[in-house]
Amino acid sequence: MSSIQTNGKTAATATKPSKAGAAATWVDDRVGIAGAAKKNIRKVFPDHWSFMLGEIALWSFVILLLSGVFLTLWFKPSMAEVIYDGSYEQYRGLHMSEAYASTLEISFDVRGGLLMRQIHHWAAQLFIAAMFVHLLRVFFTGAFRKPRELNWVIGSLLLLLGILEGFTGYSLPDDLLSGTGLRIADGIMKSSPVIGTYLSFFLFGGEFPGDVIIPRLYAIHILLLPGLLLALIGAHMMLLVYHKHTQWPGPGRTEQNVVGYPMMPVYAAKAGGFFFIVFGVTALMGALLSINPVWKYGPYNPAEVTAGSQPDWYMGFNEGLMRIMPAWEYEIGGFTLPLSVFLPAALLPVVLLSVVMFYPFIEQWITGDKREHHLLQRPREAPNRTAFMVALMTFYGLLWAAGGNDILAVVFRLDLNQITYFMRVAVVVGPVLAFIIARRWAISLQRHDQEKLLHGYETGVIMRSPDGEYTERHLPISEAEAFTITARDREEVPALTSGEDVNGVPAPTARKDRLRARLQHFWYADNVQKPTRAELEAARHHAQHELEVHAGEEHAADGHQFDGRHDIHGEELRKH
Amino acid sequence: MTHNPDQPALPGNEDAVNDPHAPVPAEPIDNPGLPAHHWRPTDVDPAAEKRAERQVATLFGIASLMSILFVVAYFAFEVGEDPDTFLGLGASTLFLGLTLGTALLLIGIGAIQWARKLMSDVEMVEHRHPAASSDEDRASAVAALRQGADDSGIARRPLIRNSLLGALALLGLPAIVGLRDLGPAPGNALAHTVWRKGMRIVNDVSGTPIRPEEVEIGQLVNAEPSVFFDADENGEPIMDGHEVLVEKTKAAVILVRMQPRDITPLEERANWGVDGILCYSKICTHVGCPISLWEQQSHHLLCPCHQSTFDLADNGKVIFGPAGHALPQLPMGVDDEGYLIALSDFEEPVGPSYWERGE
Repeated sequence: MSSIQTNGKTAATATKPSKAGAAATWVDDRVGIAGAAKKNIRKVFPDHWSFMLGEIALWSFVILLLSGVFLTLWFKPSMAEVIYDGSYEQYRGLHMSEAYASTLEISFDVRGGLLMRQIHHWAAQLFIAAMFVHLLRVFFTGAFRKPRELNWVIGSLLLLLGILEGFTGYSLPDDLLSGTGLRIADGIMKSSPVIGTYLSFFLFGGEFPGDVIIPRLYAIHILLLPGLLLALIGAHMMLLVYHKHTQWPGPGRTEQNVVGYPMMPVYAAKAGGFFFIVFGVTALMGALLSINPVWKYGPYNPAEVTAGSQPDWYMGFNEGLMRIMPAWEYEIGGFTLPLSVFLPAALLPVVLLSVVMFYPFIEQWITGDKREHHLLQRPREAPNRTAFMVALMTFYGLLWAAGGNDILAVVFRLDLNQITYFMRVAVVVGPVLAFIIARRWAISLQRHDQEKLLHGYETGVIMRSPDGEYTERHLPISEAEAFTITARDREEVPALTSGEDVNGVPAPTARKDRLRARLQHFWYADNVQKPTRAELEAARHHAQHELEVHAGEEHAADGHQFDGRHDIHGEELRKH
Repeated sequence: MTHNPDQPALPGNEDAVNDPHAPVPAEPIDNPGLPAHHWRPTDVDPAAEKRAERQVATLFGIASLMSILFVVAYFAFEVGEDPDTFLGLGASTLFLGLTLGTALLLIGIGAIQWARKLMSDVEMVEHRHPAASSDEDRASAVAALRQGADDSGIARRPLIRNSLLGALALLGLPAIVGLRDLGPAPGNALAHTVWRKGMRIVNDVSGTPIRPEEVEIGQLVNAEPSVFFDADENGEPIMDGHEVLVEKTKAAVILVRMQPRDITPLEERANWGVDGILCYSKICTHVGCPISLWEQQSHHLLCPCHQSTFDLADNGKVIFGPAGHALPQLPMGVDDEGYLIALSDFEEPVGPSYWERGE
């Protein structure tokens, strides 16, 4: 690599053989790392703020590993009963599990212990929140499309595992709140048809709460789930590197290239620096914001509960549906089917996750689009997709609110029962309304783009014609912006098929074809297609003509020309 | 292709313009190509460059200082029985977190500042390749696989293949059966509690037996079976701590006293109460939270977890919320000494519903 033009300001110069060079040679002699390194050291990553969301999730996971290891050094995952004799005076002499006692020890007697506990809990919340937002980003921009469908599936699994990891961790301190959470989980398991009680007895090693659940959850929390998470995160990142990151369309950016900064040094510094920022922020949160103060709840006692019990936020949607579910419980041939528990708590999460996980394949089936896509779409460019996720978010958000119905009732002085009745209707009607609104909104934004392309942007300059008509001056948008807006597919609305051939014989897949054609029609029919070259030229020609006709006519005015304050000469309004 | 991926993308980058194979054709507007690079102040003004350099180094310097302060705070502030406080917060946690957080944050900000101000910001272009392998590669891979399969003779020797598949499939059995001892079979454990005929109903904190006249109208008393507090002849508790937790999950009860005229008992439950005092399971029939929010006036008992509401004057009927069936009632009487006792165990399983509940 001699005399190549790099993006640095000075050429790399060979210096005298250094220790690092010798070490690198030693390694390469044995593992031949240079082959892989040469491709990746200067690998290009495109830049956009929204590409950072997944990074937050990744870095919070690393923080979780680090702070988690610290906590394992003191935490005792045991349900053996001990009599508390630590620093927290109120509980001295109280019977409690070793798990709870050691959590108190970490909180009160280990220097930095409470800090690490709080960092760990905050990072867990951040981990899951960042995964959610990252998922939304990928969804709304169409980044899950071919060839990235598998990475989307892996991402959905990561979200599921992250939530499970959060729940198992939340349960470990064996305090009153987490015990209540486990009790509810036990009730949910028992609601499963046929195998419910067996699930519960096998997990808890007998009747709830038993004396093995904490060590078992501990093994799941610190070994099984983190192992799976690590493996899947590894796969997620490898696919990211293999596919190369998606990018926004723009001048010079196409489906065939990726434009951005090199991994070494820019991205390494930015992403590496960002790790420290995420860690720093969680550390400050751990220092300043109390989270899960387990000493306030007391040890677990199956006969006690506090009012206003809430799970961590990511379980809120589940909690919400459990709260607003009608009391459906049926007897079938002597067996009991507690649907008011099973449907919302066991089935709904599975259905929701499946819908999200398989969405890329569903969309692909509808659109029939089998091409690779590396340019991102703006949400408005796929109104139905956008509206679908907005509907899901509405559903999720309403359930979340329902999960805090007791808090809402207290804070807003509302009737709890009425909130519940309202939510039962709202979770059905709300998403439908949200879908319609979001879809039309996206389409009207497409119209807005069309306006900008054909008639230019609104300058805010108001023109008054000699006969008194007011109009707003439009000026053409830049070539770069026009190109960016038009760098999207021209969609073809398929004709509705009857599924029959010319002789009226239905094809074997007629029903499926008809459904697909109808969906496809719904998908595209209302979209605004970008203008053709001819339309664009005609519009520009027209605009040019307008400008020429009115050239010299305009006088800037601030409204004071006629009240004698000043003349129009030397008017500088437009410079303001 | 003559393009070198290490080369900076320059205005008018030929590769980027109007590629005829582009899935999204650059129409109706031609791709103008990458915009010209703008130099930053730090690129052209040595003073600005120097300033940025000092800035970054200062950030790193303060970060080092913070790490040292962390160590100071670690040894300076007491935790444990008599912790140091600062503005009402634990001083140790606060200052360890502030110093650690600031150190980390400044390293991060410094690194990013370095990248933004001083590292080259000329964008580079890299080419994408289809995710799929080339046709030749696919063909070679298939050929290699076929050769391998042929060499093994797996197609020609169905006996070996099938017996191997069978052996592997049956390995699933040890994997599943090996987990059998995770827990005992449920049996009918959930259908019974420790309540027995004649067992006293005692206060859940003190363990003292309760006389009917001690319970006032409108009052709710959290209670438990006396066996949790009883000792054997050696003075040792009959049940150990852990067993108590398991049994308490099912046996916890509440006593409520209402005006006898307000109560509308089922026919067979006419004698289950004493002077308007009724005894119900404390465990919600929805998913098992202990229920404790008592509305005296309406005789409603509300579960704080999912707001199932039970009418205790009407046999524990569900009047609101997701619970699927009424709250079980414990038949109750008074013993010779005038204390409240159970007349039997619950007649139905307490707590959340499950498949075999009706059996």
